[in-house]
Amino acid sequence: MLDNVRQKDTLIVSISGELDHYAAPKIRAELDEVLQDKSIRKLCLDLKAMSFMDSSGIGVLMGRYKLLNRRGGEIYVKNMNSHVRRIFDMSGLRQIVGVQE
Amino acid sequence: MENNAESTEKKESRSDNGSGALNDMTLLFPAKAENESFARVVVSAFLVRRNPTLEEVGDVKTAVSEAVTNAIVHGYRGASGDVTLYACVADDLFIVEVRDNGVGIADVEKAMKPFYTDKPDEERSGMGFTVMQTFMDEVSVESEVGVGTRVTMKKRLKYANGI
Repeated sequence: MLDNVRQKDTLIVSISGELDHYAAPKIRAELDEVLQDKSIRKLCLDLKAMSFMDSSGIGVLMGRYKLLNRRGGEIYVKNMNSHVRRIFDMSGLRQIVGVQE
Repeated sequence: MENNAESTEKKESRSDNGSGALNDMTLLFPAKAENESFARVVVSAFLVRRNPTLEEVGDVKTAVSEAVTNAIVHGYRGASGDVTLYACVADDLFIVEVRDNGVGIADVEKAMKPFYTDKPDEERSGMGFTVMQTFMDEVSVESEVGVGTRVTMKKRLKYANGI
């Protein structure tokens, strides 16, 4: 489900498939496992291959933001489609999760 | 289908004499998280015959996903039970209902507030109803404690046509 690339202190994770309440626990667990490496300061989520996201995804992103924020790190996304963009804007995720255009 | 999910298009005769102006469907499935994607696929397949835009399909899928997730997480709280998905389209008006016979919601107004969640430890965002309201034109919730909850959502389709 996740594909990772490490670049210095940044971990780029590609999420594929659907991020709903069913998939969220697995994606959350996989992210938290790779984030155990404390040298990771920035988490970039590539959403290009993510076909669907609902509010369960908001919870996953907010949770990872908190985790990284505690170690002075940050989280951002790239390749966001218009649908996910609306969820970002509506939920206030935009204020805490960066967007790489 | 898996989990005995079944789809039944109502058989009774229609006043429109099958012209395609009115159509509806009912899907009954167990309250399991894996059926959230199933409900999204079914409602998309039903809607797509009315020539919706891609954005409209995405909006409906997301709203249905939120309502079904609520039924499973909050209505049944992980216990077994059935979720009913009913959808109906008449001309350009699309209506979808998600019903459960779960615990019900004591204070609907409070539950619908953005960021409200009764499960703060589970990383639920509390945005489910807000998402439904953002993506649909109208959302109404009827609920009775110990009886269940019915979420009704409406959307006007831009380029609706017959089947």
